[in-house]
Amino acid sequence: MPGFRLPRGGSRVDRTRPLRFSFDGAGIPGFAGDTIASALIAAGHTTVARSFKYHRPRGVFSAGSEEPSALVTLGRRGSVEPNAKATIIEAANGLVVRSQNAWPSVEHDLNAVNGWFSPFIAAGFYYKTFMGPGRRGWRLYEPSIRRAAGLGKASFAPDPDRTERAHAFCDVLVVGGGPAGISAALAAGQSGARVILCDENPVVGGALDLEDAIGEENANDWLFRATSALNALDNVRQLTRVSVYGYYDDNVLGAVERVAPADDAKTRQRHWRIEAKHVVLATGALERPFVFPGNDTPGVMLAGAALAYARRHGAAVGRNLVVFTNNDEGWRRAAALARSGVAVRAVVDPRREAPSTLAAELAETGAESLPGHVVTAISGRTALSSIRVEAFDLETNKASGAARGLRCDGLAVAAGWNPLIHLASQAGGPPEYDEAIHAFVPGTAREKWIAAGSMRGVFDAAAVAADGERAGAEAARACGFKADAAGKAPSITGADNLLPLFEIPAKGKAFVDLQNDVTASDVRLAQREGFESVEHLKRYTTLGMAADQGKTSNLNGLAILAKERGLPVPEVGTTRFRPPYNPVSLGALVGRARGAHLQPLRRTPLHDWHVKAGAEMMNVGLWQRPRVYARPGETVEQAYVREAKAVRTSVGITDVSTLGKIDVQGPDAATFLDRVYTNTFSTLPVGKARYGLMLRDDGFLFDDGTTWRLTENRYLMTTTTANAGPVMEHLEVLLAIAWPDLKVSLASVTDQWAGVAVAGPKSRDLLQKALDGIDVGDEGLPFMGVRTGRCAGVEAIVARLSFSGERAYEVYSGSNHALIVWEKLLEAGKEFSVEPYGLEALGALRIEKGHVTGAEINGRATVHDLGLQKMFSTKKHFVGRPLALRPALTDAGRKQLVGLKSLDGKPILGGAHLVAGAEAKEPGRSEGHVTAMCFSPRLDIYIALALLERGHVRHGETLYAADPLRGTHGPVEVVDPCFIDKDGSRMHG
Amino acid sequence: MLIPCPVCGLRDHGEFVYGGDATRLRPLISSDNAERWAAYVYDRRNPRGPHEEYWQHVHGCRQFMVVTRNTETHDISAVRLVGPWALRESG
Repeated sequence: MPGFRLPRGGSRVDRTRPLRFSFDGAGIPGFAGDTIASALIAAGHTTVARSFKYHRPRGVFSAGSEEPSALVTLGRRGSVEPNAKATIIEAANGLVVRSQNAWPSVEHDLNAVNGWFSPFIAAGFYYKTFMGPGRRGWRLYEPSIRRAAGLGKASFAPDPDRTERAHAFCDVLVVGGGPAGISAALAAGQSGARVILCDENPVVGGALDLEDAIGEENANDWLFRATSALNALDNVRQLTRVSVYGYYDDNVLGAVERVAPADDAKTRQRHWRIEAKHVVLATGALERPFVFPGNDTPGVMLAGAALAYARRHGAAVGRNLVVFTNNDEGWRRAAALARSGVAVRAVVDPRREAPSTLAAELAETGAESLPGHVVTAISGRTALSSIRVEAFDLETNKASGAARGLRCDGLAVAAGWNPLIHLASQAGGPPEYDEAIHAFVPGTAREKWIAAGSMRGVFDAAAVAADGERAGAEAARACGFKADAAGKAPSITGADNLLPLFEIPAKGKAFVDLQNDVTASDVRLAQREGFESVEHLKRYTTLGMAADQGKTSNLNGLAILAKERGLPVPEVGTTRFRPPYNPVSLGALVGRARGAHLQPLRRTPLHDWHVKAGAEMMNVGLWQRPRVYARPGETVEQAYVREAKAVRTSVGITDVSTLGKIDVQGPDAATFLDRVYTNTFSTLPVGKARYGLMLRDDGFLFDDGTTWRLTENRYLMTTTTANAGPVMEHLEVLLAIAWPDLKVSLASVTDQWAGVAVAGPKSRDLLQKALDGIDVGDEGLPFMGVRTGRCAGVEAIVARLSFSGERAYEVYSGSNHALIVWEKLLEAGKEFSVEPYGLEALGALRIEKGHVTGAEINGRATVHDLGLQKMFSTKKHFVGRPLALRPALTDAGRKQLVGLKSLDGKPILGGAHLVAGAEAKEPGRSEGHVTAMCFSPRLDIYIALALLERGHVRHGETLYAADPLRGTHGPVEVVDPCFIDKDGSRMHG
Repeated sequence: MLIPCPVCGLRDHGEFVYGGDATRLRPLISSDNAERWAAYVYDRRNPRGPHEEYWQHVHGCRQFMVVTRNTETHDISAVRLVGPWALRESG
């Protein structure tokens, strides 16, 4: 158990606030400011996870979001969050943390036998194995392979936490709060620009706390000075714990904030959409590891991470470290580790000579310098116990074989830096390889950003700060602020005498991508099998496709591929960079738009009355409408049959306020309506209404409704509820683009008018009592007539229209007056036993009459299909006419509207298919489908409307309504869609 | 993507509704030519590069405009209002 808590130190922890969380049931002590990883290290844990394929023991590898190995599952108030990175999750009292992908425990995982099968489960194995016997063989293997796949297990419980969505706007956005970002934010902020500075970490400072000096100044002093200056600027907003994941068009960036538990108990994440005039990318660089056998053993980690745990959390990763590096900074970090209280026994470096001053400094601590050597093997399975070191010949690139063992409990690797070019590449051209640092730097910008600091290859701390200042000033100037030109941009000078050695040639499993268990031999296998391009390498081996997105593995993989192909690395290139930089949960993107808040809820002005009256409300699109007003003990069917019978025998009222309504005015209104409807409206007299059909440009039926002529130049158009918006859009487009010369104004008045349908033989008598100033007699208000008057003192427009097939009227009033009118109608109707009726009854009544709705106007039906060809004017031009006359749209074989009567007393299910086969097992082909169904109150049987091939000529046939999914197959008779009162005498009365 | 509405200024594209290729010529209402109508309804050039297209600022001024957008880069190089208000503007 190598790790321990140092007696002092830890810039991010507060030792006065101890806490305790559990890991796999065991209590782990820590302090406020610890991450799960730092606390586990300090508590001496080595193995914290098992790898994806081979179930190899894994420990903490890094100290940030690039972590490939230490993924854990967090318990969350009844739910869980799998695949959380232990290196960034902050420890909290009582947090329940579990390891993943291991059984029975992470220390002893039986699945590790997978490792024995490794030759058979190398990269791409699933393309070559598990085939047969026969075609059904895969069905045997698939469930087991599925169970074995994945790391953490997701929960099916609803997410108990809240996510907010926030928007921010600024002049200059600085991404990254290290020395470059801080300097940029200061320079831009001091010019007066509105600045936002974002950093992934809980505090700004970046990798500066791993340095001792910045230029001539002590690093901590510089940081204190700079952050104090930054805090004093009101126009600079610092967002910490915020990871910018995506750079989109027009300088719009997406970010996710891990809300600090102390700030808000319920809100866990905050999604940010940031619009910036200019962006400074100061995202830093990541340390990269060597690829060598056993490099995934717990105890092997990045040198910068080992130092970070010591300095930030006071956690020592071991008592006896070896540092393995190919550059001078690795030596500096070894010395820094030793000074922090983490003993370093040796530094292994393939370069021929060790940097002299650094080696001397280390020698004083007792560390051995081993230049000209490499690590070729690791001992220890669940924890590192020793390494094998061999002399390395630079000429031949081979280890000599003269090996010695070094006992150690930690191996800190430092093989170079990879600038974090992700955002730059999302918003710019492909990255460019820089030979001086043997890494990729940003390409040309496509959006308005400037790169600064180590993300563009500048590594010296003072140069980084100067680069940030320059970039911040340049960004501020680009926004129109005055910021002094701060000197030339520092050039890329190289990375501490780095030797470009990526892989150590030696026998044994050497891992490139730790999270997806991709080895160096997998990369070579891919190349041998012809997957030579870097994009193919990625997908074939899955290198770089895990939650860490290959941050510590991509370049190493490329380098190995390049060597195999005999090409320089830049010619191999990188894979394309796409957002998100880090995984973003769906919850972060959804925010509060869940459940009831997913869409707006629309209620009619009579909503409260319906609810109080005991109506069962249902969602129809965005609207809430009453389905039935069931009495105690009534089923839905019993309720709507009763309501519909009331309408057919006496009178009922229903809320039709949701119908779309459009006010059409202007000297060209009549011309306009003639062009958009299939029938004529210019001939409609004032004070009359007409049913109209609207086509799309492609000739298919779009919508139906009634339009009322209120005055010479003013019409009130109604549409179906669902198409209110689309019809408005259709009309607006025509007026704006097709016919801008027409003098017509449109206004959507759906919400302004409430509507009540009063239907039944006693409807006229009811209205006679309820209305003032209107003669509702048959001469005063004939069929399809429109009159204005008053109801209970408020203005009302009344039209005699029928959807139900009975004598009926529609009473429109201002929506604020809806309740007054409704209650007056109920009162006036008491003597006629008036009943309110809901959507089911409305549907049953219209099905009995064969009136079409959106179920039949389904976008694939034509006017002729629905038997409405009488409304297709031959005397004028209208939208959709030329293409409606295409042969295919008038073909006699098309699906046409018919009625169906159930022959076995059972309901005919909506959506059932009409087939000729009497047996459910042999239905034959589908000849049509059921669009709507109900129990007919008038006929006392189950009926339906359907679209059936050649339906117009097949009345009298017996077919079967087949619904294999719901298990029904019943005989039906094809009939005329108008089941009752075909001559319409009840309507026209 | 941000669209510079001539009436409201630079707004996010989520405030607009896309209206398709603006270079199509809609036949006159009096035209009975089914081939011309079919070409208008169904045929699209789908160019790579600058594309003139309609957008309506539904969550703003509700005006229609023709936007020249590069289909590769989403760069918007030109915007002009169309419809009766545009006619009025140009006198």
